Amino acid sequence: MTRGQADAPAIQIETLGKRYFVNSAHFAGHSFREMLMETLRAPVKRYKTLAGNVDEKDTFWALKNVSFNVGRGEVVGVIGRNGAGKSTLLKVLTRITPPTEGRARIYGKVSSLLEIGTGFHPELSGRDNVFLNGAILGMSRPEISRKFDAIVDFAEVGQFIDTPVKRYSSGMHVRLAFSIAAHLDPDVLLVDEVLAVGDKRFQTRSIGKLQDVARGGRTVLYVSHNMGSVMDLCDRCIVLDGGQLIFDGPAEAAIRRYLEMMSEPERGLHEGMFKGPLTDRVFFKELKINGKVVNGNMVVSPSQEICIECRGESRVELADFNIFTSIFKDGVRLLSMQDSPEGTVLRTGNFTSVMELSAYFLRPGTYTVGIGGERKGQYQWLWGVDVAQFTVLEQWQEGYEERDYGPINYAPHGNRTQ
Amino acid sequence: MIDSSSGTREATRRETLIEPHRGWSALHLREIWAHRELLLVLTLRDLKVRYKQTVLGVTWAIIQPLFTMLIFSIVFGRFAKIPSDGHPYPLFVYAALLPWVFFANAVSSAGMSLIGSAQLVNKVYLPRIIIPTSTIGSALVDFSVSFAVLLLMLWYFEINLSLSLTLFPLLTLLLVVLALGVGILLAALTVSYRDFRYVVPFALQIWMFATPIVYPMSIIPESWRWLWYLNPMTGIIDGFRACFLHQEVHLGSLWVSLFVSSFVLILGISYFRKVEHRFADVI
Repeated sequence: MTRGQADAPAIQIETLGKRYFVNSAHFAGHSFREMLMETLRAPVKRYKTLAGNVDEKDTFWALKNVSFNVGRGEVVGVIGRNGAGKSTLLKVLTRITPPTEGRARIYGKVSSLLEIGTGFHPELSGRDNVFLNGAILGMSRPEISRKFDAIVDFAEVGQFIDTPVKRYSSGMHVRLAFSIAAHLDPDVLLVDEVLAVGDKRFQTRSIGKLQDVARGGRTVLYVSHNMGSVMDLCDRCIVLDGGQLIFDGPAEAAIRRYLEMMSEPERGLHEGMFKGPLTDRVFFKELKINGKVVNGNMVVSPSQEICIECRGESRVELADFNIFTSIFKDGVRLLSMQDSPEGTVLRTGNFTSVMELSAYFLRPGTYTVGIGGERKGQYQWLWGVDVAQFTVLEQWQEGYEERDYGPINYAPHGNRTQ
Repeated sequence: MIDSSSGTREATRRETLIEPHRGWSALHLREIWAHRELLLVLTLRDLKVRYKQTVLGVTWAIIQPLFTMLIFSIVFGRFAKIPSDGHPYPLFVYAALLPWVFFANAVSSAGMSLIGSAQLVNKVYLPRIIIPTSTIGSALVDFSVSFAVLLLMLWYFEINLSLSLTLFPLLTLLLVVLALGVGILLAALTVSYRDFRYVVPFALQIWMFATPIVYPMSIIPESWRWLWYLNPMTGIIDGFRACFLHQEVHLGSLWVSLFVSSFVLILGISYFRKVEHRFADVI
């Protein structure tokens, strides 16, 4: 794979920045009445907002001062933690949302694989959806007709091509969707996490397909959490953190940097980690795993129960409140636990919520934790992803069935009466 | 593989510039033209999907105006004895319902189109104005089907077609312009202000009774008529009747329709362009 020449860039990005508004009527105005009330209550503030003078407190930079070039024919990986700005970068480059500052230039025909199967209509047949989805992704009708057989072959949906896609298995759905997207013929291809779906065999074939694209001299920008596929596909890699570019260089060094970053100590829980309408009333302050405050990577033995305890404070009393914890592996949610599935009152003041996973439930590996709370049946919630991390050690005891794959060993036991 | 010619092909020097959004921007007609095929594909999708798993299929396009016509004929024509300028009441009301049902369906489906295609707005780039526009295309197909019913009715009531029928394509164009303008405006507004979901059906109902559909203009007192003529639908509905029922065309109201419709279309497109950039963040 040749490195792109500096004189023939495919993508030029200069000081790109994207700002989002949080808790502000400027963008989040869900109703006309709210906007009117806001205008009446604080006309000066609203005028200032419209004029572009923004209160920085209400904003959040998902991308800040990002500059880099990609040469023609280069395959560049983009990695970083959740919320580092990877997806925002691709959304800006695909023109789904405009940047707030800076500019980017892309030379040649651009295609993106942000979410495969966009625009699929469940009532329509596979055949109709190939034409529909192809047109949405920018292919012309003759072009789709020409590639139709190749698309169906690669997707392996065969005789089901005239069946409505609502009767497809999820695997067939994903295969067909990926296959259409993989037969686009762009100069620049932007890919976001599309390989996180489908079975192992299909993932391998998909990566092979992307490698073919790359070898064909196309420029690829590849966002993924899956370091294996990044290693397979990319020579060069960019690491984003907190919306900023913190590393640009060979893939191996970038991945090392990313893994280091993942094990850096977190600064405990803080407000910025949470999203949702309740963030100004309910605050999570501390997360303990097995009695210890999580700082950096917490280590647990598989023979231990994993007890997740979060402490926080509520400024208001909320009826029917439920606190929940989710466990993620490589960005995929494995499960969620609730402390009160039907909801109980959350009183003003401090609260503690405890949830437990049984021993030998998770297999060895590193997991991340998300916590949140919601009022049942109301649109009132807060949620923070990646607030802590823990690793289950490779100390497995005889007698506990350990499968060689998947993160979950087995679910809690049942009861039998005879 | 991807394509046989791939490796050797020179990348076309097409350049995409991505910059912050600033104020009002012009409509990129060339870009929309480049996506004309997508417009067609989305229109066809709407049509295919609409009558999937329905027993009566496209017959529904006839049933809606036909039954409205029957009910109106009984309630307004027979019971309330609303005059119909000497024409058979069913024909009188159907000639007006034909454009109105199109307008109401087109506007309400265009209004909901963007939030109904949130995934499309969020995940791929395309000139978003295509989304509300495509719903108008599929409403036009229903319009043609119910037009066929009108022709049958004209035959049944033994009314001859005359030269004034030449107005029909022009009036249809005017109707489409107005529906497109209102539809695009509502689509953009509904993204930010979900209130419009509730406002639209209600406003359309009021609008229908403010337009001479179930009654003729002749029952409005002379001194009040100007108020009716300000409504762009008045000129269009009146025109449709004139063209099938051999009435005189009220030119003044047609001019008003022309001006208001063009203005609404320009306003709709401009507002759409102004707020389009934040659709993906808000939807």
